[in-house]
Amino acid sequence: MSEIPADLRYTKSHEWMRTLPDGTIEIGITDHAQQSLGDLVFVEVPEAGRHLAAGDACAVVESVKAASDVYSPLAGEVASGNPALGTQPDLINRDPYGEGWILRLKPSGSGAAAESLDATAYQAAIAAGG
Amino acid sequence: MPYVPHTPDDVHAMLERIGVNSIDALFDEIPPALVVASLPGVPDALSEMEVSRLAAERAAADGRPVNFIGAGAYEHHIPAPVWALVTRGEIYSAYTPYQAEASQGTLQIMYEYQSMIAGLTALDVSNASLYDGASALAEACLMAVRAHRRSRAARILLPETVNPVWRRVARAITEGQGLKLDSLAGDPATGRIDPASLAAYAGQDITALVVPQPNYFGQLEDADALTRWARANGALVIASVNPTSLAVVKPPGEWGDGGADIACGDAQPFGVPLSSGGPYVGFMACRMEHVRQLPGRIAGRTVDLEGRPGFTLTLQAREQHIRRAKATSNICTNQGLLMSAATIYLALLGPAGLERVARACIARTAELVAALTQLPGVRDAFPGPRFHEAVLRLDRPAAPVLAALACEGIIGGHDLVRDYPALGDAILVCATEMRTRADIDAYARALGRLLGRAAAA
Amino acid sequence: MNSPPRKPEPLIFELSRPGRGATAQHPAAEKGGEVPAGYRRRGQVPLPEVSELQAVRHYTRLSQLNFGIDTHFYPLGSCTMKYNPRACNALAMLPGFLGRHPLADAATGQGVMACLFELQEMLKHVTGMAGVSLTPMAGAQGEFAGVAMIRAYHRARGDLARTEIIVPDAAHGTNPATATMCGMKVREVPTLADGDVDLAALEAALSPATAGIMLTNPSTLGVFERRIVEIARKVHEAGGLLYYDGANLNAILGKVRPGDMGFDVIHMNLHKTFSTPHGGGGPGSGAVGVGQRLLPYLPVPVVAREGDRFRWLDERDVPGTIGRLSGFMGNTGVLLRAWVYMRILGAAGMRRVAEYSTLNANYLLVRLAEAGFEAACPGRRASHEFIVTLKREARELGVTAMDFAKRLLDHGYHAPTTYFPLLVPECLLIEPTESETREELDGFVEALIAIRREAVADAAAVRAAPHTMPVRRLDDVRAARQLDVAWKPAAA
Repeated sequence: MSEIPADLRYTKSHEWMRTLPDGTIEIGITDHAQQSLGDLVFVEVPEAGRHLAAGDACAVVESVKAASDVYSPLAGEVASGNPALGTQPDLINRDPYGEGWILRLKPSGSGAAAESLDATAYQAAIAAGG
Repeated sequence: MPYVPHTPDDVHAMLERIGVNSIDALFDEIPPALVVASLPGVPDALSEMEVSRLAAERAAADGRPVNFIGAGAYEHHIPAPVWALVTRGEIYSAYTPYQAEASQGTLQIMYEYQSMIAGLTALDVSNASLYDGASALAEACLMAVRAHRRSRAARILLPETVNPVWRRVARAITEGQGLKLDSLAGDPATGRIDPASLAAYAGQDITALVVPQPNYFGQLEDADALTRWARANGALVIASVNPTSLAVVKPPGEWGDGGADIACGDAQPFGVPLSSGGPYVGFMACRMEHVRQLPGRIAGRTVDLEGRPGFTLTLQAREQHIRRAKATSNICTNQGLLMSAATIYLALLGPAGLERVARACIARTAELVAALTQLPGVRDAFPGPRFHEAVLRLDRPAAPVLAALACEGIIGGHDLVRDYPALGDAILVCATEMRTRADIDAYARALGRLLGRAAAA
Repeated sequence: MNSPPRKPEPLIFELSRPGRGATAQHPAAEKGGEVPAGYRRRGQVPLPEVSELQAVRHYTRLSQLNFGIDTHFYPLGSCTMKYNPRACNALAMLPGFLGRHPLADAATGQGVMACLFELQEMLKHVTGMAGVSLTPMAGAQGEFAGVAMIRAYHRARGDLARTEIIVPDAAHGTNPATATMCGMKVREVPTLADGDVDLAALEAALSPATAGIMLTNPSTLGVFERRIVEIARKVHEAGGLLYYDGANLNAILGKVRPGDMGFDVIHMNLHKTFSTPHGGGGPGSGAVGVGQRLLPYLPVPVVAREGDRFRWLDERDVPGTIGRLSGFMGNTGVLLRAWVYMRILGAAGMRRVAEYSTLNANYLLVRLAEAGFEAACPGRRASHEFIVTLKREARELGVTAMDFAKRLLDHGYHAPTTYFPLLVPECLLIEPTESETREELDGFVEALIAIRREAVADAAAVRAAPHTMPVRRLDDVRAARQLDVAWKPAAA
């Protein structure tokens, strides 16, 4: 069973989003995703200032058996990538929704991605074999 | 039935267990129209004895001429233990070490090889080999484009003093990925790149500069100046180097002020015979900051459940079997057998032995050039310092001269007319530690007769 | 289950002592041979200093840590671990072949070229193709050549829109990686549960953007693609070409020819089907064969016979060539080994490869099914290999395919391929090859049965396997997180 906090939004490609008080969007990968990847050995986060379109591959998470792209659910400018992941990629395994955040984005559009899912819908998507 | 052990009893018992009447029945899912009844064009079987005779006749027909060509493949003495060891069944018939616990031999050899290549090139990490020097150069260009974040141009400066076949291979392999390989002309007077000629590219977005050392003509390039220019211009440096020369020539990790970024080449000189063209063994090393872009297999040291040291393949997530369409390369095999030969060769030669081989090569080539340029009509094309190859200009087309020498059992050199027409009638010659004073004198005498005879006609 | 641990073999660098050397291997010291000061390497080359016996003993002991075909049954699916005949090595290493420089005058290479020409011809005829190039140095390079030739074909006809390569989702990772290397886009199509490609999905994927399709037949699921002729027709009708991944050629060698199935280009793995050695990871050889359409694009050089002489064809002879892929003419030593093998097999021997590899695979499949193991494609014949899924064992006993694989090592068998193809959960892809006796196969079945029994009695012990190998299971997470890929001398 994987954890799916009710207050976040999700994508079918297993990213989560949280709106921070200053309006930036914090993005990471879900508990389900980190479980299927296994122990992470390397994470590549985007540089601050980089411009992303919705759906752009913006980060890479790598375990011994798989490497996956992380896709930005929204368009915007990268405010920062999580600097701790350089030396501690396993933060994503241990705390995927907290200290394991991957990037923070200044959204350029309206904010919430039209195709994002709430916790219930994401749960259903995983159960259906996403 | 050669190499198939089944007796009629075996076949009968197995078919019965499966529940069919014949082996043909096992192919019943294949549309019958596709099954062929015979193989026209494929000869009948020969016994091992018969093939041995045929092979021996053909090998003998090719003879054992004395070789004076390098041009990317070099004849060196291979210590007897090298092939005695690598043809042991446990090395020869082992697979890629995916089941690490059953492959610690292969994996430790890979780790030792990686360590030796990193040390020789004075860089941080090496992979466990690529196919050959030509494809290694292509992979290095692709790697530089991936590794260089700030460069958008995917533009590589590729000097004409780099092996011309390697340059063609690099083009063929990188073409589909939109790289631009720009030719950089050498100085016709020196046979090297003039660092001043790079001024034409100042301020442009150059992803990487390839620096050969020595270059195809055997000349030593001014690697320090070229590396400094590349750094100042924001370009990565790809060193394409002869591995034997690394014993005595400054290695890529120490070029310029910060060293090269990637070093590649062919490690065939380390224990791998000429064998009519292959298999050889490409090598690639790089600075630690680029390690995730390094293609090919890499062995890493770790521990097992009980804390015992051991080795396993690592950083595999870059590779094709995991990343699929996003892999760093489609590379699957390394050249395991040849990599093992190279490792054992280096362990046997050691630092003192490899240095002696390198110096003997320099000395023999100098003697060869001296002996041949004594003959009228033979001139040393380039005056600068060299490693173990030289370009000799002749006073007539080279092809008939080389053909005549071949009839006398001497492979005199490589005709440069196709790849470097501007050099005129010129050949590339090489003498390694294998060539004796007697070999060189015999060559000089034969060439003198050939040139003298024609001049008198 | 436990056995006393062996002392680990040190690194060669740890055996090194200053001043030691295998001096019989050193050329005489030179008075000359100096490099000018500005170019000179400073300091000693960081190589180990050991005696010749130390080196021989070290590498002999390391070899003894390996499993090889010569020592163990090695049923690695898709790798074709058949016997590597010693004659192939001995004859490929005859001095006349071994000492020859590739650029030496062709007059001194007629012997080796005769062998290579015959190899080209035999490969052509056994695959039903119109032309062969021996230059690609590995299967992946052969794939690259194949896709590059398809690309060249369409561009030569001005059809620049064809940029998609269709790949089944069960394909080997090199297939999509190769397509990307050639600047093409990959379009995946699903495979059905019975192992055949989803024809409806394939039809939907065909378009004016289709350059071609990459297929393995038998597929990576170990079954024959029954509608291959229809697939070929549809792809050709849509304007695309068919590429054959020859990894599984062993299953049909001498019985079915890819050219007859409609393939336009194929690559062969000489280090699989044609018994050349795997050598701990290589060298391979990925010869390519083409139909008429792609003849103009073959990678060079290629051997041609003119009368009773042999000549290398190069860019001047094949102006449309995709170019050169290797510094010389490919892995000649590997090619010679394949030539010996094919001459010893002869036409009848080729066919026996397909027959007996298929017999062995079906026998193993039936025995394992009878023992209660679950086949991935029940109801289908095995080709030369088949898949067993251990998903039930994983669920009920908590023991995975990886655990079975590691425990097989303790029983003296190299594990089959695991977790490939990705479609089948907890899978073992098992390929016995035609080299093995019935007794060897029976022993393997008994071992799998024993491991399952062990898993019922003591799952934890199986999960901790192997127990009797030189090392226990290795920490690959640590290997990646704390990267140690080169020995460095301790700082002075």
